[in-house]
Amino acid sequence: MSNIPEGLQYTKSHEWVEQNEDGTVSVGITDHAQDLLGDMVFVEPPEPGQQLAAGDECVVVESVKAASDVYSPLRGEVVDINEAVVEGPELINQDPYGEGWLFRLRPEKNGEQEELMSAGAYRELLESEA
Amino acid sequence: MLIFEHSRSGRTNPVQAPRGEAAKSDIPQRFRRRHRPLLPEVSEMQAVRHYTRLSRQNYAIDTHFYPLGSCTMKYNPRGCNTLASLPGFLGRHPLAPTPTHGQGVLACLFELQEMLKQVTGMQEVSLTPMAGAQGEFAGVAMIRAYHESRGDEERAELLVPDAAHGTNPATAIMCGYKVREIPTDAAGDVDIEALRQVAGPQTAGIMLTNPSTLGVFERRIHEIADIIHSAGGLLYYDGANLNAILGKVRPGDMGFDVIHLNLHKTFATPHGGGGPGSGPVGVGKRLLPFLPIPVVGRKGGSYYWLTEQEYPQSIGRLSAHMGNIGILLRAYIYIRMLGAEGIERIAEFATLNANYLMKRLAQNGFEMAFPERRASHEFILTLKNEAKQTGANAMDFAKRLLDYGYHAPTTYFPLLVPECFLIEPTETEDKATLDGFAEAMSAILQEARTNPELLKQAPHSLPVKRLDDVKAVRKLDVVWRG
Amino acid sequence: MPFIPHTADEVREMLALIGAQNIDELFSEIPLELRLRESGKLPPALTEMEVGRLMQERALQDSQPLCFIGAGAYEHHIPAAVWEIAARGEFYSAYTPYQAEASQGTLQLLYEFQTMMASLTGMDVSNASLYDGASALAEAVLMAVRVNHKSKSRRVLMPMTVHPVYRQVVRTIVHNQGIELVELPYCTECGNTVPDSLHRFADEDFAALIIPQPNFFGILEEVDLLTDWAYANGILAIGLVNPTALALLSPPDEWGGQGVDIACGEGQPFGAPLSSGGPYFGFLCCRESHVRQMPGRIIGRTTDTDGKAGYTLTLQAREQHIRRSRATSNICTNQGLMTTAATIYMALLGPAGLEQVAACCHAATRKLVENLGAIEGVEMQFDRPFFHEVVLVLDVPVQPLLDRLAQQQLLAGYHLGADYPELGNALLVCCTETKSDDDLQQFITLLSEAMADLRRSRC
Repeated sequence: MSNIPEGLQYTKSHEWVEQNEDGTVSVGITDHAQDLLGDMVFVEPPEPGQQLAAGDECVVVESVKAASDVYSPLRGEVVDINEAVVEGPELINQDPYGEGWLFRLRPEKNGEQEELMSAGAYRELLESEA
Repeated sequence: MLIFEHSRSGRTNPVQAPRGEAAKSDIPQRFRRRHRPLLPEVSEMQAVRHYTRLSRQNYAIDTHFYPLGSCTMKYNPRGCNTLASLPGFLGRHPLAPTPTHGQGVLACLFELQEMLKQVTGMQEVSLTPMAGAQGEFAGVAMIRAYHESRGDEERAELLVPDAAHGTNPATAIMCGYKVREIPTDAAGDVDIEALRQVAGPQTAGIMLTNPSTLGVFERRIHEIADIIHSAGGLLYYDGANLNAILGKVRPGDMGFDVIHLNLHKTFATPHGGGGPGSGPVGVGKRLLPFLPIPVVGRKGGSYYWLTEQEYPQSIGRLSAHMGNIGILLRAYIYIRMLGAEGIERIAEFATLNANYLMKRLAQNGFEMAFPERRASHEFILTLKNEAKQTGANAMDFAKRLLDYGYHAPTTYFPLLVPECFLIEPTETEDKATLDGFAEAMSAILQEARTNPELLKQAPHSLPVKRLDDVKAVRKLDVVWRG
Repeated sequence: MPFIPHTADEVREMLALIGAQNIDELFSEIPLELRLRESGKLPPALTEMEVGRLMQERALQDSQPLCFIGAGAYEHHIPAAVWEIAARGEFYSAYTPYQAEASQGTLQLLYEFQTMMASLTGMDVSNASLYDGASALAEAVLMAVRVNHKSKSRRVLMPMTVHPVYRQVVRTIVHNQGIELVELPYCTECGNTVPDSLHRFADEDFAALIIPQPNFFGILEEVDLLTDWAYANGILAIGLVNPTALALLSPPDEWGGQGVDIACGEGQPFGAPLSSGGPYFGFLCCRESHVRQMPGRIIGRTTDTDGKAGYTLTLQAREQHIRRSRATSNICTNQGLMTTAATIYMALLGPAGLEQVAACCHAATRKLVENLGAIEGVEMQFDRPFFHEVVLVLDVPVQPLLDRLAQQQLLAGYHLGADYPELGNALLVCCTETKSDDDLQQFITLLSEAMADLRRSRC
């Protein structure tokens, strides 16, 4: 079973969301998602400053045999992207919840968001899909 | 070794190059090349030996059974190659005047158009698309031109089954359409209820293959045609699987408005290591005015090109001349050698071979994706249980098959079936070859159970072992730099 | 049965295993009302000898005239070894090299092809070929629009000196994506695109400028000035080049201060017979930074599990079979077999041989031009540097002249009247290295006789 850390929130489309102290959130893809896609070879990040609505396709991640979109879990503005994963996409495979984060977002107040799940709920989702 | 590594500065092949002092001083210096390109400097024999050796590192239909599903790797008759390569055909300039220097080739092309109309049940055919994907493009562009000509510009959506070949959605986008996927039901047919719900005034049409990429005949094709036509859309037939139904049922009779054919599949023209293909399109009445040009016409016993003048609403031209004529000639010769009866036998024996091999593999314990269905000319088996039990997946089975002297079937397509093999034996293989393949599959299954590592490390007997395709992307090396 | 190996016994055994009475039963899932009741009206089967006879007759009907037409398809000598090897079954009857380990021959050859084309154009990378020159140009336009993020428009500058059919093909392929082609007029005195004429576009937004070299008239464009103008205005430069000419002319990578972004063209001069227009192949090269937006197959070198070098399809996630509706193009194949021939052609000629071919083509055309003085009523339309193709203006109408010469087995050139009516009685004539001094003399003799006759009959 894949690693699903407590304390993060999850989406049905296999993104994770971490609330940062400065009010921004970090977003990446889950261990399950990276395992499914295989060895990452390319990441196309959003532009800093880009406005995203919840559910927008905002990152493309590619492995040798698959290309997959990452969806923004929240409405907000992109404040930072992880240049390190653009340089070394394998970071997503090696450390999906740490070094392999994709971008940071400043959520809009009262903006709509995708349904976010706890670690337990996400684990149940994966078990039901298996 | 690369050809460049055989190269030595100053070695030339004077007999290959033209004779003569060639002055070029009238070309001003600012236009001239300053240093020579990195082309190899090798003798004729070195070149011949190098490329002959390379050829021997390929699997090909001429050397190996090649059951690559959806690709129809049937035998490419030698006669087609020899006769299409007669000097009169090879030497003809595309702009040579047709009244004096072109009646021979145009007669062949005109008759090919007529024969393809016969076997597809369409009203008219244009031979110009240079590959299946270009034929698809032409077909969808015609659908768009049709709707636009009627002022019906709200139709922004093209329906594509989720099992479809990747070119279908890619083509729809190239033609400016949005793609909506239609699910497949458990028996492998298009989900008719889902189709009913999405077909409407925004529907431009649907792209279908029949038999589908799942290797089964779409039984409710008439209902599908009714739903789409009553919504005002058109039906596009992807000819990838025409080999399964030649002489049995025609796309035109199933209600399709436009089709493309793959001559390199159904009509035995060579695959050439990935082309040249040829993808003629056929149309029903509604799309007739939009055919890509040129088309061959006949008046009073002589042949000529039909162009913008005869087809003012044409979607236009797709190639600088008129497509891959050398390939069209091969298909023409092939059909002439088969005749009406021979064409009908293609579907019969392709289907016989597929059903036989499916049964043999099922008896040997392999799981079929649609066991209750008849195979068309191809079928799908899933190795998901084997993968779970042994750890060796479909890719590992495929690589091990290479060691046994078989080209691997299509793997991981269609995406709907996990760990799948799409197997298409074609009509040109004999029973013993199919038996040998079935036995090899069983032997590999045994190996997977006792020594899965053998599969995971396969192939063992080819010029290279398994290649690192992750490295090929991460450390991109597409040009030799010495 | 033609190309079907089954014996009657085998068919019986196979049906027995399947559990079917006869072959017809295997089609039971096709609704009966759809089944074809009678065989189609195809002609009866012929033996190889019979169809051989038919094809011989038809090939002879097209005869083999002396041909001075170029206009995008060029008659060159093809060394014998080229097709002796390319037609080997191992190349001829293989498919797209999806199973890399069983396709190293094709894959390594394509890697060598990419290397040769990149070097010839001077660009960083090349793909493994496209359908033909015209469709390669269309793909280059689509690619440029994807790459040029600075441009908000989907407009592309298309000189009228680009092959007229190429312009039509590009329009067919790109217009459904809302791309607008803006035509650039040319100078009817000089036959080229005048760099100064671009200044009026300076304030407009374009994604790309196409630069043909040589252009359709054979005239050399001021590629340095055109490329620099594009660069200065944030417009991508697409070089459309003849590969034979590149042995003499500066590679697109060196045009102007920066070079072009994409170079493409028709590969036919490299080993593909004229064959009425196909199969040929297109090539497309670009800067490394644009490689992810490149359409078509690309081969990469990597290593196997023993660390040995090997070759495989790479960057596949751009392509339709993975990306589906988000692919860079719907293209599946390249023109593998034509590319195989081209690679062997380049290897046999080498840098010196290819330069000799280009120089001899040009020298033959030059010689023809110098001898035109012998004919009354013929002049060069443009007095500018050219490569192996020229526009002649005649004092007689072109079509009747060409018809008459065709009867005498001379194809004297391509009539420009339909595409460029402003040029009057204009004929595009090309010589390659295949034209001997005798051929040139025959051209001069027959042309001057025919023109004299036409003039007489008009009086």
